[in-house]
Amino acid sequence: MDSQLTLHVDGEPRSLTVDNRTTLLDALRDRLGVTSPKKGCDHGQCGSCTVLLGGRRVVSCLTFAVAHDGAEVTTAEGLAEADGRLHPLQQAFLDHDGFQCGYCTPGQICSAAGMLAEAEAGHPSSATADGDGPGGVPRPVPLDEEEIRERMSGNLCRCGAYGNIVDAIRAVAGR
Amino acid sequence: MTRTEEEPARPTEPLEPLNPRAVGTSPVRLDGPAKVTGTAPYAWEHALRDPVYVHPLQSAIARGRVLRMETGRAEAAEGVAAVLTPRNAPRLADSSDRALAVLQSDDVAFRGQFIGAVLAASPEAARHAASLVDVEYEVEPHDTRLSSDRPDLYRPEAINPADEADTEEGDVEAALAAAHAVVDETYSTPMEHNNPMEPHTCVAVWHGASDDGEPALTVYDSTQWPYGVRMTLAPLFALAPERVRVISPHVGGGFGSKGLPHAHHVLAVLAARTVPGRPAKLALTRQQMFCLTGHRTPTIQRVRLGADSGGRLTALSHEAVEQTATIKEFAEQTAAQSRMMYASPNRRTSHRLAALDVPVPSWMRAPGEAPGAFAAEVAMDELAHALGLDPVELRVRNDPETDPRDGRPWSDRRLVECLRTGARRFGWDARTEAGARREGDWLVGLGVAASTYPGFGGPGSVAEIERTSDGGHAVRIAAADLGTGTWTVLTQIAADALECPFDAVHLEIGDTALPTATVAGGSAGVTAWGSTIVAAAREFRAQHGEDPAPGARTRSGMPENPDLRRYSVASFGAQFAEARVHADTGEVRVPRMLGVFSAGRIINPRTARSQFIGGMIMGMSMALFEESVLDHGTGHVVNHDFAQYHIPTSADVLDIEATWLDGPDPHAGPLGSKGIGEIGIVGSPAAVVNAVYNATGIRVRDLPVTPDKLLRY
Amino acid sequence: MKPFDYSRADDAGSAVAAVMARPDAAFLAGGTNLVDHMKLGVAAPELLVDVTGLPLDRVEELPDGGLRIGATVRNSDLAAHPLVRRRLPVLSQALLAGASGQLRNAATTAGNLLQRTRCGYFQDVTTPCNKREPGSGCAAIGGWNRYHAVLGASEHCVAVHPSDMAVALRVLDAVVTVLGEDGERRVPVGEFHRLPGEAPEADTVLRHGELVTAVEVPPLPAGTRSGYRKVRDRASYAFALVSVAAAVETDGDRVREARIAFGGLAHKPWRAERAEEALRGASATDEAFREAAEAELRAARPLPGNGFKIPMARNTLAALLRELTTEERR
Repeated sequence: MDSQLTLHVDGEPRSLTVDNRTTLLDALRDRLGVTSPKKGCDHGQCGSCTVLLGGRRVVSCLTFAVAHDGAEVTTAEGLAEADGRLHPLQQAFLDHDGFQCGYCTPGQICSAAGMLAEAEAGHPSSATADGDGPGGVPRPVPLDEEEIRERMSGNLCRCGAYGNIVDAIRAVAGR
Repeated sequence: MTRTEEEPARPTEPLEPLNPRAVGTSPVRLDGPAKVTGTAPYAWEHALRDPVYVHPLQSAIARGRVLRMETGRAEAAEGVAAVLTPRNAPRLADSSDRALAVLQSDDVAFRGQFIGAVLAASPEAARHAASLVDVEYEVEPHDTRLSSDRPDLYRPEAINPADEADTEEGDVEAALAAAHAVVDETYSTPMEHNNPMEPHTCVAVWHGASDDGEPALTVYDSTQWPYGVRMTLAPLFALAPERVRVISPHVGGGFGSKGLPHAHHVLAVLAARTVPGRPAKLALTRQQMFCLTGHRTPTIQRVRLGADSGGRLTALSHEAVEQTATIKEFAEQTAAQSRMMYASPNRRTSHRLAALDVPVPSWMRAPGEAPGAFAAEVAMDELAHALGLDPVELRVRNDPETDPRDGRPWSDRRLVECLRTGARRFGWDARTEAGARREGDWLVGLGVAASTYPGFGGPGSVAEIERTSDGGHAVRIAAADLGTGTWTVLTQIAADALECPFDAVHLEIGDTALPTATVAGGSAGVTAWGSTIVAAAREFRAQHGEDPAPGARTRSGMPENPDLRRYSVASFGAQFAEARVHADTGEVRVPRMLGVFSAGRIINPRTARSQFIGGMIMGMSMALFEESVLDHGTGHVVNHDFAQYHIPTSADVLDIEATWLDGPDPHAGPLGSKGIGEIGIVGSPAAVVNAVYNATGIRVRDLPVTPDKLLRY
Repeated sequence: MKPFDYSRADDAGSAVAAVMARPDAAFLAGGTNLVDHMKLGVAAPELLVDVTGLPLDRVEELPDGGLRIGATVRNSDLAAHPLVRRRLPVLSQALLAGASGQLRNAATTAGNLLQRTRCGYFQDVTTPCNKREPGSGCAAIGGWNRYHAVLGASEHCVAVHPSDMAVALRVLDAVVTVLGEDGERRVPVGEFHRLPGEAPEADTVLRHGELVTAVEVPPLPAGTRSGYRKVRDRASYAFALVSVAAAVETDGDRVREARIAFGGLAHKPWRAERAEEALRGASATDEAFREAAEAELRAARPLPGNGFKIPMARNTLAALLRELTTEERR
């Protein structure tokens, strides 16, 4: 059983017909040739397939493409400028050697981008003290190493680049 | 295009050392921009038209025979192109390697073995159709339980890579009986899986009728050894090696599991033969990786140490029990490093195997050394405790002047300096008696262990240099980059060897259309490939001078290094860990680790540091998390995914630092470099476990150290 | 995965009617558990009714100071909600202890409650499992049961419920509102999840086609401190070995009232009523906390692989209560 839909992938409207069973990840990789999100586990246990869906980070392997007609999807490829200039997070990953094999990297970078926005919006993590801002208005959460480590724990890296990843994100978060 | 050329000459004189200019600096990874945007093509991601998707069928029993497979419903399902079974699969020209004799018989030798495959127009259709195949088995009782008292344990002919199974010097029993202090303990490590982030993937295209009428095969692969895949697949499919092209420019991690071809390579090619001209795409699922891509054998290790009152070893015995498969032997060298790490006049090492109904074990980062050093280096900690001696000092006192195996001088063994440097930098002085330091709810302790990794790296690689029309140089060698920095560091080496700017080198790797290269394994890749490039560059200059015309080209093999016969070459290191154990819950955190390594010349400090640290983290993971749980009732690994087989998250990795002693190893070839890819995982598990002991007074001898083992009831 | 039809529901009533009408239909919200199960073959619906477009994505304050949490509120949004953070720290903490940032962005309130066990055998269709395939047997009892139940299990099933959020809701005495073909009914969360008994295939008391629309959480009495502590094999992104949710009122150095629930010990969030009883009026000491835990855990029946959960649960409860009764208010 197939469905027709349009996804706005990295700023481009892409219309396609998918088998309802096709995950967002497989739609991107196998139908649209957008292979920046990676398939590491296919069960939401590694984070390699992380994309920004409507601006929020999600694992694209655990959601069906058919449920996202009209959605904005941003991959790590789309975070870079059209002229090839890298996103600050991407440049920081390069500078801090925030990867080795590179397979988890696009997911790490999308996750970091989503995470920075969450912290800016005042979303807490397990590492955040209880309580909220004056008058109950959420205020941005300062991101120390412990915060970044906890918030990035949904992105596994088997090469063990975590320390450098945290350094890279801190360099951007501090700006 | 596949190039065939005769093997070029190898320089037989040792090469002059390289004059390092780019080498020793830290350019960012050349493959980095493509990787941070996700555009570097991994095996699955090459744009190929009209693919078929392959979903394997796997045995649901651990031993027996497939009697019948009902494939009608699958064949009738929408989008299905073919269903392969042992009955209809193409015959291989050579099925002598039973691990690779995929679908060549009805026999089942382990649970999860391939018994078929569905080929379909979409991955969803293939997977669904696979669920529609009914299989009837003749079930035989299976046996997957390793123990040290099995009557069928046997001594292998040799252990990996090619060493004797047992050694015996002096009289261990007498020395133990006479020793001032004795440790006699048994240590165990579980089955573990490499779990690179990129699942093993093979995309095969069978060119049934290529231009010259002969069949040919193209494989887009994720491999540590493109030529190994070619050499393995060609005879199975009755192809001349040059008819097989393997393309693998980027590899999403391997850690040994992509070092040798596995059954999925054969299955992908069988599928491709069924649909000539169409790419057959096979990516194993994470779950399938737990039975089809090798594993680290579980080990049971008895270590006995005897020492005199001065803390000098008088006896060292390390006896290892491991598993292998019934269809193929892999004998891991668990006790091998105990033959050279410390001085002792009396010494025994042995390896015994049980052939079980399990998948074939294989390489996993530092096979042998990693689990062996866990047992040996925890035993040393126990001996230090028994002697009332500082664990650093105990290791220093037993540092051998020459290689205990054969008396050869060390090329560059600076373990004592690593230990002393590390102790100073880590603040080892702050170490207390076991169980004596508590900060809030956390018990705090420090641990140390020594590391070593052999200086592997044999001949076999060939490099080609060609002047390009832009004034630069193409440098070609079928090396692999699995996160090791190969793209970058070989470019650095080539720039220095050619005495040209870094940017003027155009490296080409990861393709059997390029000259042959040895495996990215044994921590030998960069040293072997790099010295081959140095040889080729020197020969290129000798033949063509300083400013040759575009198209000038030279090939050379890896140079001889006679020093490897005269000296014992290995990397060394000392690792320190701080462990914090929650007094109520037994949770363990490792806030600090430090590794100090002696590994010859470091080509690129930026990528080297990452690789050392990555190894240390994998060792910490081995200490605390990793365990493949084999259900002996079903014969399969139950926790076969990332939710249940734990590796560290970013929240588990705190302050981990690696540093090294400067300077080339003068006997390790023109680069003076040695292996760095594996030594990080050797010793780090013991350092963590020793730190946990120092924190709690609880000595854990079976990995992993999960919270339940540290609960105080 | 079986082919399936997909439809988006416009209103809750028609969503319920659509699923009621077909035994092979299921609701789809965040999908983080259902899509997983469909890939594994654990679930095989032939119609998915997507409820993410329904107006169930609000957190509303109730007149008594409690909260009504819509069924499709995402876990991350709920954890970040100012009223939840201020009034119900145990709920925010439990949510944030679960899964990962990406998963919490997708997972919903109802989906979290309805998530199914992570038992490795349940998730592997090549092994027997009474929960997945009634009557096929339980592979965990004689197999790998490190993560399994020590309380309330049966000979048919020893699985545990994986949710952190549900453990917090259990101490908060939350009520689940459910829409069926006969209208709405209210189910206290303590009655929502089942013990396995003879029918482990049913995790909850929901009937086919019933739709969770909201979870109502009454306010905690003033002066109550609440918190969540989770022990797992690694520091983050892992299911609990043991977890504890607690809400405690103290009177000087005595416990006036404590509400306690354990996660990771049973087929449902385990309300520790015996421990609560033991603590009522007790002095707030480590010894009393441990005795209270033991009063509860006396009924525990460990399997060969999970006996450690009993002391771990005791110690974890004691550690959390110590924190809640001694620490300065933040």
